[in-house]
This record gives sequence, C-alpha cells and structure tokens, in this order.
Amino acid sequence: MSNILEVKDLKVAYGGIEAVKGISFEVPEGEVVTLIGANGAGKSSTLRSIVGLEKPVSGSILFQGMDLKGMGTETIVTKGITLVPEGRRVFANLTVLENLRMGAYMRKDSLEEDMNWVYDLFPRLKERSWQPAGTLSGGEQQMLAIARALMSKPKLIMMDEPSLGLAPIIVQGVFDIIREINKQGMTILLVEQNANMALRAANTGYVMETGRITLNGTGKKLAEDESVKAAYLGKARAKKKS
Amino acid sequence: MSKKTTRDLVLSILLAGAVCAVLAYCQADTSKHSYAISIIERSAVYAVVAVAMNLLNGFTGLFSLGQAGFMAIGAYVTAILTIPVEMRQNVYYMNGIAGWLENLSIPMVPAMILGGLFAAAAAALIGIPVLRLKSDYLAIATLGFAEIIRALLAAPMMDTITNGSYGLNNIPGYGNVFQPMLIAAVCIGLMVLLINSSYGRAFKAIREDDVAAEAMGINLFRHKEMSFIISSFFTGVAGGMLAVFMRSIDTKTFQVALTYNILLIVVLGGIGSVTGSIIGSFLINGGQEWLRFLDQPLTIGGVEIPLFRAGFRMVIYSILLMVVVLFWRRGIMGNKEFTWDGLFRRKRKRKETTGGEA
Repeated sequence: MSNILEVKDLKVAYGGIEAVKGISFEVPEGEVVTLIGANGAGKSSTLRSIVGLEKPVSGSILFQGMDLKGMGTETIVTKGITLVPEGRRVFANLTVLENLRMGAYMRKDSLEEDMNWVYDLFPRLKERSWQPAGTLSGGEQQMLAIARALMSKPKLIMMDEPSLGLAPIIVQGVFDIIREINKQGMTILLVEQNANMALRAANTGYVMETGRITLNGTGKKLAEDESVKAAYLGKARAKKKS
Repeated sequence: MSKKTTRDLVLSILLAGAVCAVLAYCQADTSKHSYAISIIERSAVYAVVAVAMNLLNGFTGLFSLGQAGFMAIGAYVTAILTIPVEMRQNVYYMNGIAGWLENLSIPMVPAMILGGLFAAAAAALIGIPVLRLKSDYLAIATLGFAEIIRALLAAPMMDTITNGSYGLNNIPGYGNVFQPMLIAAVCIGLMVLLINSSYGRAFKAIREDDVAAEAMGINLFRHKEMSFIISSFFTGVAGGMLAVFMRSIDTKTFQVALTYNILLIVVLGGIGSVTGSIIGSFLINGGQEWLRFLDQPLTIGGVEIPLFRAGFRMVIYSILLMVVVLFWRRGIMGNKEFTWDGLFRRKRKRKETTGGEA
C-alpha cells in the first residue's frame, strides 16, 4: 500500500522555541494512524503545519507525492486534506446545515450526495439540521465537527483530540464513527491523549514526547508496550497485567 | 405556495404600500411636510450606513470605526461632481477651482456610485495593514484613518478641489422623497443578497470562529478585505446621499461623532440584524426630533418649569438610550431578522402571559 502522507524531518517553531524538533512518519492510504503524547508534545503543531496553518521551519510534507511547502490552507484543503480542529470549534450561531455547507466551502460541485452520506453517518444531525450548532451537546458538536470536515470530500482527514472533554460513552461513539469512516475507505490521522482508545483504533501508532517521536509500531504492539503503559495507560494497570 | 408564505407576501406588499402611501402623502405638500420629509430622508441615509457597518461589525466580526471617513469621501466626490457648473465660481470664490474640474459634471446616481468606488479604493489600501489587527486595536486604527481622511480633505493643498475649510454648498437636493428611499432600498437589498450568499456565510464563519474558518480553507485576509471594501463602498454611497440631503457639507460634518451615531443605531437595532439597523435608524432619527419639545420652555399654571430649556432633550434622550440598552441587552432585534412569523408569535406569547395589552 502506498503512503498518502509522508512527513520528513519536520521542524515547527514559535518565535525561536521549537515545538516539533524534526519528526518523520508516514500515513499509508486507507489506514488509521495515531500520534499520541502528553500536552505540549507537539502533536497539534504537527497537524497545523500539515494543513498549512503553521509554516514549518524545515523538513518536507509530501501528500500523494506532492510537496505541500508554501501552499496556503485553501489550496491544501482543495487537494484533499482536512483538519477537525481541537475543541470542536463549530460555528455556534450558524445552523447545523450552514456548518456543513461551510465545510464544503472550497468545493464547486454538487453537495447533495455527500450531504446524504453525512446525514446517514450522523442521523442526529439530520434531525437538528435547522438548529444553531451552539445548542447541540458536546458530543453532537464533535460529530458535527467531523461531519463538517467530511463535507470537503477529503482523501485524508486529521482529527485533533476528538475525545477532548467528552463522557466515556460519547468517546466510544466518536471512535465507532472513526472506525466506520475508515472502513468506508477514508485515511485518518488521529491525534489523541486518550492513548488506550486511539491505539486500539489505529493500525499504526507514534508516541511523541517534547517534540520528538520516541516510539512507533502497530497500534496493538504499542498498546502492550510497557513504557507506553507506564506513561499513558496508568502504572497500576500496567502492573496488574504483567 | 403555502398559506404562510402567501400571508407573508400579502403583508409585505401591504407594508410596502403603506410606506409608499406615507411618502406620497408627504410628497403631495412638500412645504407643509418638509420636517417629516427631512427626518425620513436622514433616516434612509443612516439606514444604509448602519447596514453597511453591520455587514462589517455584525456579520464579519470586524470592529471598525472608520465610517465617517468613508462617508466623507463619498460625500465630497458626489458634491464636487453634482454642483451645477454655473454655480461653481460662486462656490469656489475664495480659492478658485481646479481647471479640469470646472466643467466636469455628472448626474446624481453615477456620482454616488463613483463616490462609493473612491471610498472602496481607500478601504482597499487601508485594509492591507489594518485588517491584520483585531477587535479594539482595529477600531482604534480605523478611527485614526477616518481622521486622516478628514484632515486630507481639509488640507490647503486640496483647496481648489474640496474648497478646504469653506466646505461645499449649492449641492442639488433630491427631486422627491422617493429618491433617497429607493436608493437606500437598492443598497440594502444588495447587501442582504451578499449576506445570504456563500460569501456571507463565510463572513459569519469568520465571526464565529476564525481558526475553524481558516481550517475550512477560507482565506481570512481575502474575505476580511472583501467585506471591508464592500462595506466601505456602501458607506461611501451613503456619504453621497448625505451630501445631497444636506445640500452643503464641510469636513466638520464628518467628525467621529457621526460614526458614534451610526454605532448607536447598529447597537440599538441589534448587532447582526439588518432589519434591526433599519428600525434603529428610523427610531433614533425620529426619536431625537420627537423629543424636541423638551428644549422649549414649558409653563404650567403660570410657573415656568426650570428644566425645560435647550439641551434638556439630550439628557432625556441619553437616559432613554440607557434604559433601552438595559432592557434589550442585545438590541431591539438581537441577531434575528424581522419576520411576520416572529411578530405574530410574539403577540400571541404576550397575550398568553399578560392577557392582551402589552
């Protein structure tokens, strides 16, 4: 399987402070890849620079073999990468339908087919399509944020902590959706602090610590790795299993 | 067509008919109704600026206070180009008139459009540095630019064009009261079309959350600049309308107080509501005039009430404004638009809670 995204020696800095200190990873087409790590590990910065919201200091980002260097976000979105930003960030005073249409802002073709597809995935949103997005519950807003991103008809969807601030049962629902859209052929790059859930959903995982990738492997392997267990899954739990 | 849309259509036509009837009544005897006509015309002008300001402040979320400057540009362009050629030597008797301008005259509406285009061009230039700023900083920067524009128009080097501190007079007024209303209706109609287009949706998305909007691929700067230019265009056109309404202008007309007046209308009407701005404009202009009786001395039973003298009107007016803002925190309309449905629902709700009269 070919890699849809290849990141090489990526460095991102904010005013001299390096947030990402030269990382490399690949996202194979049709897979779920996850970046896990604590706050400040540089996960969000990585995603933001892939979609062009941040200018990397050095390194290359290849999307389907094409260098994204110097491209603006609007071009990158048109090429087929979309970001579900951290903290949902739905347009609170716009209706659910308007939010979905905003996701497809860069598209010129007919939206009907994708609108139906998204409403099939999230029947709840169909019921609420005339409601302002701000009146939805946290879980529904996260669903809307994902649906909005899907409306741009991406080849690669990147999600920044989709489980943030959600109840466990809702988190379960979010991950069910991630598996479902992956099953339908979508490539997903997932950034998470909820390492347990993320690694179980992912084919490949990378562990980031203070701007560097310290570990990588299949999701399954990482989930069983002692140091990952110790760092992200809770020590007590790791001891019980060993 | 469903029953409701038929009803709304009929009601809207009735409302438009009623407005036309009032205008025709005023027009029938202009000397008797000149006071009412001047209020209506001023309200129409302010309504255009208020909606234009709302497009920027309410829909795109850019807090700009440059309105007076852009109105000045529109007003001067319109005035210079419409003053009758035979009157020009009189108007420019102090400084003389620039040779190329002497016989340059175009009709009112093209002059207003040109005034709008000049304002839009100025906005395009100012926007490049200024739109990188946000909220209060943007407000201060635009306020500053408005003052620069005013100072430039009054500068001695411009005397043969703008007549400097003497101002411009003998501007031909409106032929009838329908003219300003029609121009205002067309301007506001165009802005409503923009707000309801996909660009309008993008503006609202930027207002709601610029980070998410950027992630959707919306170019923030380009859209902000577009909103700024379009808003300034209509502000310029409204400036031209004001010049034609006032028939004589000078740079003092376009001081910061003018911007604050417009801001007041926008806030009172509801930030993010076009109909709110229109209602606010007629309410503020009408209300200010209606309160004029407070400026007259009042004697009850031979005793002169001491408070009633020139200036008392503004005291009451300010108190009323504070009361309105306290009770309608988000303005009269909030960010909703006026709909017939909304009107009926409100009435029904009031009937249920208060039992009729409200």
